[in-house]
Amino acid sequence: MLEVTKLECRRGDRRLFSNLDFALGTGTLLHVRGRNGSGKTTLLRTLCGLFTPDAGDIRWQGESIRRLGEDYRRDLLYFGHLNGIKGDLTGIENLAVAATLDGDDVDRPAIWAALGRIGLAGFEDLPTRMLSQGQKKRVALARLILTRSKLWVLDEPFTALDVDAVILLQSLISAHVEAGGLAVLTTHQEVPLTSGQVERLDLGN
Amino acid sequence: MLRVFWCILTRDLTLALRRRTDVLTTLFFFVIVVSLFPLGVGTEHQVLRILGPGVVWVAALLASMLALERLFAADYEDGTLEQMLLTAQPLALLVLAKIAAHWLLTGLPLVLIAPLVGMQYHLSETAIGVMMLSLLLGTPILSLIGAIGAALTLGLRGGGILLSLLILPLYIPVLVYGAGAVEVSVIDLSDTMPYLTLLGAFLMVALTFAPVASAAALRISIE
Repeated sequence: MLEVTKLECRRGDRRLFSNLDFALGTGTLLHVRGRNGSGKTTLLRTLCGLFTPDAGDIRWQGESIRRLGEDYRRDLLYFGHLNGIKGDLTGIENLAVAATLDGDDVDRPAIWAALGRIGLAGFEDLPTRMLSQGQKKRVALARLILTRSKLWVLDEPFTALDVDAVILLQSLISAHVEAGGLAVLTTHQEVPLTSGQVERLDLGN
Repeated sequence: MLRVFWCILTRDLTLALRRRTDVLTTLFFFVIVVSLFPLGVGTEHQVLRILGPGVVWVAALLASMLALERLFAADYEDGTLEQMLLTAQPLALLVLAKIAAHWLLTGLPLVLIAPLVGMQYHLSETAIGVMMLSLLLGTPILSLIGAIGAALTLGLRGGGILLSLLILPLYIPVLVYGAGAVEVSVIDLSDTMPYLTLLGAFLMVALTFAPVASAAALRISIE
């Protein structure tokens, strides 16, 4: 499904990684590991097409992601360091906008249900700037419940979350992988991700 | 397509209405700059009538300049812009919706308040009518061209100054034809047609190319 060949990325003069090759089939989770500054985020952003690699090729279902463009982005969900939610909008409004942009046909009850499931019942129609750091992150992560994307790219999804939320997120990722989805994630926490095939990639060695 | 456009448009309008100060600053800036001139150059009717169209148009340029920086900056800081780049929607369409919202919030109020500021310059009713029409055609061009600059300077330190240097020269044709239309309307109303038609043509060109160019600039800036 997702193939990476001879990928090389530089930041300024520094080469972060080069000759990176891997291929992920359906139902695989790739855990990207490495020290701070080893290029994990850059790799994830490159996989999303936000960052242009200096060399190499990324293919999705056999086609270069550059050429696929919108068709690739329809299958992709990226969760980065920034939550990507507006502080002046409520959780409901934020998720409704995200769902419309993703082209998912999600109705209001489904969004309410998703927020309830992620542990934000009672906070649905508060502006998200009133919420705590962890709660904001939960609003952003509620997209994982609503989305139909096949490829999840998650950059440090577990930070700022409490124990319950970590367990919930783990089960969401497991369910996604078991259903034949793909996930690429970075995390420094020791999170047991038992389900499906788990591959590991170490950067910076 | 229309649903996505409408979704972004209402999102931006809702956000602005929850932070009203941002919208009002642009409008008050415009009113204050325009009101300073009669205080500075005196109240001679003849002088003010000559100065009027130019001053109103220059103030409109500066006011729209002032609001431009915020067009993408807020979305850039909280990561929503990044998410927009990763959706399956054409980015140019999303950018066009953002520009439309921006114009409704910063351009349209200038058009509506024009009669009030026109009176300070003793402009005739026809001149004020033409001024409103020229602003109605001209301010969307300012938002559209400005969006390209805002996208290019996104995330740069001191981007505001750079933005003015990049964009103000591109505003010159709009200024010339916009203010020109009001000036000739004093002599003969039918003479304004070529000016307004040219502004309309500019608007069409900007409407076609600016969203695409801004979208490309955003992709570069976000790297």
